[in-house]
Amino acid sequence: MKKILTGLAVFGLVVVGAFGAAIAAEEGHNEAEPTHFPIHKPKQENWSFAGPFGTYDKAQLQRGLKVYKEVCSACHSMELVAFRTLADLGYSEAQVKAFAAEYEVQDGPNADGEMFTRKAIPSDHFPSPFPNHNAAAAANGGAAPPDFSLIAKARGVERGFPTFIFDIFTQYAEAGPDYIHALLTGFDEQPPAGMQIAEGTHYNPYFIAGKSLAMAKPISDDQVTYDDGAPQTVDQYSRDVSAFLMWAAEPHLEARKQTGFRVMAFLLLFGALVYLTKRKVWSGVAH
Amino acid sequence: MSGGHSTYSPKTGIERWFDARMPLPRLIHDSFVSFPVPRNLNYAYTFGGILSLMLGAQILTGIVLAMHYAADTTLAFQSVEKIMRDVNSGWLLRYLHSNGASMFFIAVYIHIMRGLYYGSYKAPRELLWILGCIIYLLMMATGFMGYVLPWGQMSFWGATVITGFFTAIPLVGEWVQQLLLGGFAVDNPTLNRFFALHYLLPFMIAGVVILHIWALHVVGQTNPTGIEIKSKTDTVAFTPYATIKDAFGMVVFLAVFAYFVFYIPNYLGHPDNYIVADSLKTPAHIVPEWYYLPFYAILRAITFNIGPIDSKLGGVLAMFGAIAVLFFVPWLDTSKVRSAVYRPWYKLFFWLFVANAIFLGWLGSRPAEGTYVALAQASTLYYFAFFLVIMPVLGLIETPRRLPNSITEAVLEKNKSGSGHPAGAAASPETKG
Ligand code: HEC
Repeated sequence: MKKILTGLAVFGLVVVGAFGAAIAAEEGHNEAEPTHFPIHKPKQENWSFAGPFGTYDKAQLQRGLKVYKEVCSACHSMELVAFRTLADLGYSEAQVKAFAAEYEVQDGPNADGEMFTRKAIPSDHFPSPFPNHNAAAAANGGAAPPDFSLIAKARGVERGFPTFIFDIFTQYAEAGPDYIHALLTGFDEQPPAGMQIAEGTHYNPYFIAGKSLAMAKPISDDQVTYDDGAPQTVDQYSRDVSAFLMWAAEPHLEARKQTGFRVMAFLLLFGALVYLTKRKVWSGVAH
Repeated sequence: MSGGHSTYSPKTGIERWFDARMPLPRLIHDSFVSFPVPRNLNYAYTFGGILSLMLGAQILTGIVLAMHYAADTTLAFQSVEKIMRDVNSGWLLRYLHSNGASMFFIAVYIHIMRGLYYGSYKAPRELLWILGCIIYLLMMATGFMGYVLPWGQMSFWGATVITGFFTAIPLVGEWVQQLLLGGFAVDNPTLNRFFALHYLLPFMIAGVVILHIWALHVVGQTNPTGIEIKSKTDTVAFTPYATIKDAFGMVVFLAVFAYFVFYIPNYLGHPDNYIVADSLKTPAHIVPEWYYLPFYAILRAITFNIGPIDSKLGGVLAMFGAIAVLFFVPWLDTSKVRSAVYRPWYKLFFWLFVANAIFLGWLGSRPAEGTYVALAQASTLYYFAFFLVIMPVLGLIETPRRLPNSITEAVLEKNKSGSGHPAGAAASPETKG
């Protein structure tokens, strides 16, 4: 036993030492011409849906939806999300119907072979602001705004060693919303002296793929009116829309965590019983 | 199958009826009930059972997923999202399947390391070991093709990079690559054939698993002492002893599996795979799934030409060589002693090998630049040196510890002197109780 433990300890030291050496060896960087992005890692925020018992805050999701609808949806589509699923946010069937009816979608062809537009119904998905990818890119200086259905799972800044190991135990799975929040609140930072920013792009040290992106600061204080008294600040808007986007990307998160609790409880209990049985079976045999 | 004579005696009429026509109940009884196993097996030996369980689970979840999946580049990504959003418990099925693949690999790596530690590949178990290597190869192919199916950015670019390796092979390389792709680039024909093969290969794995277990039941299991079974007191019956221990191992393993599925289901995946494949937009870093990373690091470590072999072919050869060398392990190890428990030097090099393999995996996830390249080269060197130099040479020069005369003696000795005794200690940390 002792041998195994010392073995494991030595082994652990070797691994940690090697990783450490490798990280120390990573080159230092030049402020004005960074080569690794993002320039700043996103801060870790508190989310109601984090952790083993996390749940979505419905009021927050409703606010996030409002921000998406009034601001982001002018450019960003959300093709995989159906209106009917908005019931998850605490809306009644009638409210969902009314919400969908505010959108126009294309349908057809009708009996005469013509395409036509009609009011959306709950089974429709959010319509896209642009007719196609190229139109979206053309209207935005060459960079099409990404679809929002999965954006909260499609972005995640690398955590680095050893944080990525701790993440297993802290169940850190909020890299996406942390990133979006950091990006939206990061537009006010000024680029360091001497940094060249390409025309038509906007400096943001939290952007994952470069020093600047084609999206300008999309939202400012008091742009969206909240009717539940939540602060109308960029920080709060960013938080709410990030939470909403997490829901859009992972609508069954609550069911997943609740099922998980039952499964873990069962396995623990069952495991204990199997272990006791195993002890009993082996009790007469030296091994 | 147990090599000895059968102890099965049919009790009921129907059992006798079967026994006279097709003795399946006898086969099952002899293989999984009366089959003698060493009494000193520790939990490292439960991974064979765990792997069978995982194979079954992957096939089950996979078949249901296939009922909802559309193997067409214009539909694949959406069909997976439909599973995640609209299919009843679809999110559970998919997360079970994607994390299940990772768990399958964790289990197989532990299983392989167990084999390397206790010398499970040595005569007469060479064929058993080689069948295991074939299973591992098939698993790699299955996992690779499965990762392409959701048709995300990493699916597409991973497939592009990995099929690109084949072009390094002289003369036939281009042809092999085009055969794999069904064209000149990853596209709809690629997705279709990968789906067909991804559905086929697990059943081939199941077939080789049957051969693997057959071979195991002919030669019997090894054990932490590495000494063959000599008398009946060395063994216990598979049921209930091994069955209940395997069951406990499985439940613990399932708990780890469930933890990933329910709490961090995307931890082992790459965020880019939630972006639909785009042949015009190359991701900043193309990385394969974690279980290929050590081999990916070896591939990229060869940055220099060796005579007529350019660095690209060299990398591909090194990568395939890293797997091929496993097949020769039974003949590379020259030691007369099987188990690392009695081989102090081998034990040290073995744990270094494990640390090095994990380190290689981490390097595989880093961009191939700066110091990472040099570190990957050093690590690759140790990887090969372990098999090609240390294994053959150490077996000839190492003085092993004194071996007990039998499994029973080892067990009794250990129980007498408590857990401080080397044999007992190394045999099993968890066998108390
Ligand atoms: C005027 C159009 C426009 C509006 C309005 C807009 N965006 Fe964007 N957004 C873009 C464009 C264009 C890009 C692509 C930037 C690039 O890749 O350079 C983008 C990219 C993004 C990205 C992805 C960045 C990355 O990592 O690739 C996020 C996240 C984002 N926007 C969030 C939002 C949110 C949240 C809102 C609403 C508060 C919003 N955007 C409103 C145009 C817009």
